Parts: sequence; C-alpha cells; structure tokens
Amino acid sequence: MTRLALPPPTGTQPTSPAGTGSEDLRAHLPAVEPDRAVSDWGRSERVEGLLDATVVSFLYHYWFRCEVEGIENVPSTGGALLVSNHAGALPPDASMIAKAIREEHPRPRKLHMTVEHFFKGYPFFSMLVAKMGGVPAHPANVHRLLRDEDQLVLVFPEGAKGTEKLYKDRYRLRRFGRGGFVEAAMRAGVPIVPIAVVGAEEAMPTFAHVEMLRRLTGLIYFPVTPLFPHLGLLGAAYLPAKFKLRFLEPVWPDRERSGEASADGEAPDRVRKASGRDSRPEPWDDKGLVQDLADDIRLRIQDELVDMVGRRRSAWLG
Amino acid sequence: MSTQPASPAGTGGRRVLITGVSTYWGGRLAQALERDPAVEAIVGVSPSDPTCELTRTEYVRVGTQHALLKRIVQAARIDTVIDTRLIVDSAAASPRTAHENNVIGTMNILAACGGPDCPVRKVVFKSSAHFYGCERDDPAYFTESMRRPHSPQTSIEKDIVEAERALAAFNDRNAGVTVTVLRFVNGLGPDLATSHSALLSLPAVPSILGFDPRYQFIAADDISGVLEHATRHDLPGVYNAAGDGVLALSEVRSLLGKPPAPILPPWGTGIAAGVLRRAGLKIPPEMLRQLRYGRAVDNRKLKAAGYTFRATSRETVQAFARHLRVRSIGPAVGEGYEYQREVEEFLRWSPAVRGDARLGLERLTPDQLAEVVRALDLLPDGRPARRAPRGTPASASSKSRLRTGSPSSSGGAADSELAAEP
Repeated sequence: MTRLALPPPTGTQPTSPAGTGSEDLRAHLPAVEPDRAVSDWGRSERVEGLLDATVVSFLYHYWFRCEVEGIENVPSTGGALLVSNHAGALPPDASMIAKAIREEHPRPRKLHMTVEHFFKGYPFFSMLVAKMGGVPAHPANVHRLLRDEDQLVLVFPEGAKGTEKLYKDRYRLRRFGRGGFVEAAMRAGVPIVPIAVVGAEEAMPTFAHVEMLRRLTGLIYFPVTPLFPHLGLLGAAYLPAKFKLRFLEPVWPDRERSGEASADGEAPDRVRKASGRDSRPEPWDDKGLVQDLADDIRLRIQDELVDMVGRRRSAWLG
Repeated sequence: MSTQPASPAGTGGRRVLITGVSTYWGGRLAQALERDPAVEAIVGVSPSDPTCELTRTEYVRVGTQHALLKRIVQAARIDTVIDTRLIVDSAAASPRTAHENNVIGTMNILAACGGPDCPVRKVVFKSSAHFYGCERDDPAYFTESMRRPHSPQTSIEKDIVEAERALAAFNDRNAGVTVTVLRFVNGLGPDLATSHSALLSLPAVPSILGFDPRYQFIAADDISGVLEHATRHDLPGVYNAAGDGVLALSEVRSLLGKPPAPILPPWGTGIAAGVLRRAGLKIPPEMLRQLRYGRAVDNRKLKAAGYTFRATSRETVQAFARHLRVRSIGPAVGEGYEYQREVEEFLRWSPAVRGDARLGLERLTPDQLAEVVRALDLLPDGRPARRAPRGTPASASSKSRLRTGSPSSSGGAADSELAAEP
C-alpha cells in the first residue's frame, strides 16, 4: 500500500515542482473552454489585445523601431525557455520580445513572462501583470507551462539585479541567479533560447537610487532616471532608443553532456523511466553542471551584446 | 449463521460511518450512498439533527466523544469512516468551537478508528484547500506534494493544518488502514450556505481594490461525488478536489451578471473588513486572503485516480447564477427539511410500515435479503415472517440464487434483529 506522506506544514521550498508521476498527468489537463476570454493563468485576451493594438504596437514600431534577428530560433511547437538580459528601471524588454514573436514568427505564439512575486502584492499591478501574460516566477509554474502545457516561457535570470543596475554598468550582465532556469529546462526537457536585447538600457537609464524614498514607498527600488521623479507620472515615459533583439541558437541542456542520448526530443525523465529505474542521479542534481551551463549561456548573451553594441553607431538611430 | 468478521473491502457490503452527517456534505454523501446496494449499512453521527431526508441511514446523535464512537464502530463493525465534519468557514462558528471541532474532534474520531482490534480499514477525511493558505509567493497551482510556503495565518488554517497533521500521524501508526485526505476548494451550489455563496449573492460583488484573484469552485454534486468515489475506491494519500478551470473574480462576477464593488481598500483591508462586519457583511479573514491573492490547486491527481468531474468551475458558477435568478422569484416549494426523531424511527422500525418505492424496499441489499431468506428457512415452522412481503420483488428470484452463494458476511445486526422477532 502506498503510504500517505503528508508534508510538514511549514517549509520554504516545494520538494519538487510537480511531484512524482507527472507524465501521467499531462492527459488530465483541463479542456479549453472556448467561451472564456480569460485563461486559467489569469491572462485576458481583451486586455492583452487592447494593449497590443495601442501602446505595445506604438512602442514596437515607432518608438523603439525594433529590429529582430534569428526569430527562427524560437521553436514553432513544444515548450521552450527564453532567456534574456534585463534592463531599464521599468523594463520594456519583456513586452518587446513578446511582440517580436507575435509579429515576426511564422507561427506566432503566446509568450508567458515570468515576473517577480512582489508584483502580486501591488494593487492594480497584480491585475495588469497577470492579464498581460505575466506568471509568478515559481519553479512549479515554469515547469507546468514548459512541460505540461508546451508553452513558451520568458525568464530574466538577472531579475531585479538587472533592472536596478546603474547606467554606468550598462550591458554588463549581472549574476544569472542560481542557475534555476537551467534546472527548469532540464526537468522539462525543453531547449533554452538565449536572447540579447540592445536598447532597453538607454530607454530608461537609472543614474542613482534614493534609499530613503525606497523605504518610504515600499518599492523594490526608487530610481532617478532622466524623467523621474521630477516629472512625476511622466517619468514612466521611455526615451526613444533603438531596439535590437537577437534570438540565439537553442541550447538543449539535457543533451549537453556527451553520450546522453535523447535526440528524439523525449524529456529526460521519460527516457529514464523507459530504461529502467534511475540508477544514476538526475542531471539537475549536479549543481556544477547546472552552474556551468548557466555561465555558458550568460557568456553567450554577453558576447552577443558586446558585438551588437560595437556595431551600432548611435543609441537612438541604430 | 455466519460469524466471520465483516470483510473490509470484500464482496460483502461496506459498513460506513459518516461523521458530521448533519452537515450539507455529510447529508449529501449519505443520500448518495443510500442508493448504492454495495453499501450495506450507513451510520451517521452528529451532535445535531440531519438537515436532509435520509431513508436507510441510521442516525445517532453523538458528539465526538471517542469512547462512544468506539462503541458504535465496534458494535456496527464499521469498516469505512468518512469524516465530513471539518469547519472550513470561520463565519460558521466561533474560533473556539471551530478548534474544538476541527482539532479535538478529529483527534477523537481517529482515536476511535485506531487500535489493534478495530474493524476500520479506511478513513476518508474531508479537508480543505485552506490547508495551502494564500500568499504572495504561492505557485499558480498547488499540487498535493507541496508544502505550505509560510506558516498558517488564520485560525481556520491553523486548525486544518493541525487536523491533517493528526491524520498523518494516524496513518503512520495504522499500516492496515487506507487514509484518504481530500482537499476541497470552495464549494458552490444552491443549497450550500457558505461565506462565498453569501458574498456572491449580494447585489454587487465586493472585492479588494486593485486585485483580481484567481478562484476555483467545486459543484455540490462533485463534492458528494468525490467523497463517494473515495468511499468506493481505495485512494491512499492526499487529493485535491476542484472543478476544472481557474476563473478570475471579475469573470465570476460577469458570469453572475453583477457589477463590481471594490469596497475594500488595498491597505488596511482588515480594518475595513471589521467595519463592514459591523454593518452586516461578513468577510472572514481566510476569505480576505483569497480575495487578495487567490489560489488554485492542481486537480489532476484525482482525475488520474478515476474521478470525472461533472462540472467545471465555470459551469458551477453558471449554475449558481441560474439559481440566483430563480430564487429572486420566490422560494421553491417543499424547501426546508426538518428531522423528526419519532417519525424517522417509525419509518425505520415499525412493523406497520409497508414497503414502497421510497422506504423499506430499497433499504435491503441483496446480501441482507439472503440473510432474510436464510433466516426464514431456519425458522422451525416456516411461518412467514412479517418482513417477507417487504422484500423487493426480486426477492423470490434472489432466494434461489443467493442460497447457493457463499455465506454472506453481512454481520450481526440484521440477523439478531430477525431472530428476536417472534
């Protein structure tokens, strides 16, 4: 008889994103209800469509004049984890990447953007972020989207460290978290698509932080930008920097090690299931390997950024 | 006459004890099990009278004193205990009453179900998704193996966590007992009176300004359906029970056709809720957290265990909307059941009661019929007993068929009762 294993009531981390036997559960996903305008993740077609047709479209085409390379590196089917650099006090890069996939990709797909948990605590932001396609950056959420729902997920491994960095540090990538994104892709058996974005650093550069006002407002940081705080709400406006997005070749983290044959696109734990019980440890348990891959992807993006910044003549005209 | 003990999950019918039979959940489950011939005996216990009409369920008015429950369990050779008694809505009882019921009551019931000589082979516990709480850094879907990210904040959540801990300890000590814990999300149905149904029945749906939480609902039919499924099949472990789909509160509101009322401020929400409580609008603390952060659970484990939900979250809300529209034209006929002990006892035990479609006939399971037939054969003069005409029309045919079968293990109650008759 299977024993009931009730977890202790308090803890900090879930033991594993989806527990055991997750592959059986893929067949039991809820059916799509076509009448609904809101998805199970809280994404609203109406709000998303409205923003897409107005603000996002304007920014993409006329304000930032986005230029896209390598869109074919985004797979047309199946889950994929998109990894990008992150910049700007109020970062515009996520919505530009999502718009680029909608505009340029031969098979436009929805992109789920992971956002920090604290957004869920801010009134109005919590509503807006979810309706625009934001998903709290929880390992279980990423795993379900990638593995079970075959979706595209965008993560910024730098997190707030990327957006709060000052203008003098522009295009210098921060630490890539603890490599959690590599582990997520390994567990789900999906590729990682690195993205290099140029322009977001100049669109809303941060010159300084005011610690006292940050504490007073309860925000994660209180930046001084060219237009904020002296212009108030107008400070949310972006400078018209030229955006360039370069999608790099996908990396298959579960195939990186030599001899690990899973070329048929099967997820690693499914392969393992088929070939008897796991006599060897899971690849993501090897923290060294995870860190190496994270560093590798970080370096690839950094190299591309250096290349792209070196080629451009002007931050505004490209 | 057979003297072997009731087999736990064998071909002999189940002998079920429902605690909290006066709750909506317990009552619905008892009604569902009454229709099932595989369930041989249903005993419902509760400190208050049943709130729905039951035909063959034996109701015993008793609290959660474990000595009394143990006697009932032993005497009736109960093999399945279904605990539907958990209070999950702090508006339904004071914190002290809720704690007594949820923590101490669970402890007592488990004490009555354990022990070396206990006939109980299965315990089904109705818990709540409040176990997971509602926090800012929650995952979008809780799975059964996840821990709570933070310790519980409200008294109801503390109680539920503590009750589940008692169940886990019981499970560790009693290897031979299948323990099922079912974590239900908010139930919604015409007859289900909860804080949420009260909130959604208002002319406008109150919410916290600037938040649009995710919500799941489970239909009343699915509540009893899941409990029934767990009774019929062995599902060891924890299972989330929720209708498919996750709705935003704004979506719920538009399905109900009601305007929004974001009357709770995002800051100082607790104080504002206190003011509203004085004005008569009860918003319990655990609901405030749901209104802010929302919550959803992953129901796929239960689906993989063979249960098919009859309604999605959306259909549940739509059905509730229909109910609200119909209710506005006045109360339905025949509402309001009241338990009358004398009437129920007369219906169950009086020899004057003749079998008819609703009472009496359907109460006897094939196994019981076999016992009746066998007992009649054993009577010295073969005098037809009064019970005979009360058998189903199928009793004549079942007589020959069942006598060849293996001796039923349906236990002592029916036998001694017949033997005692003159």
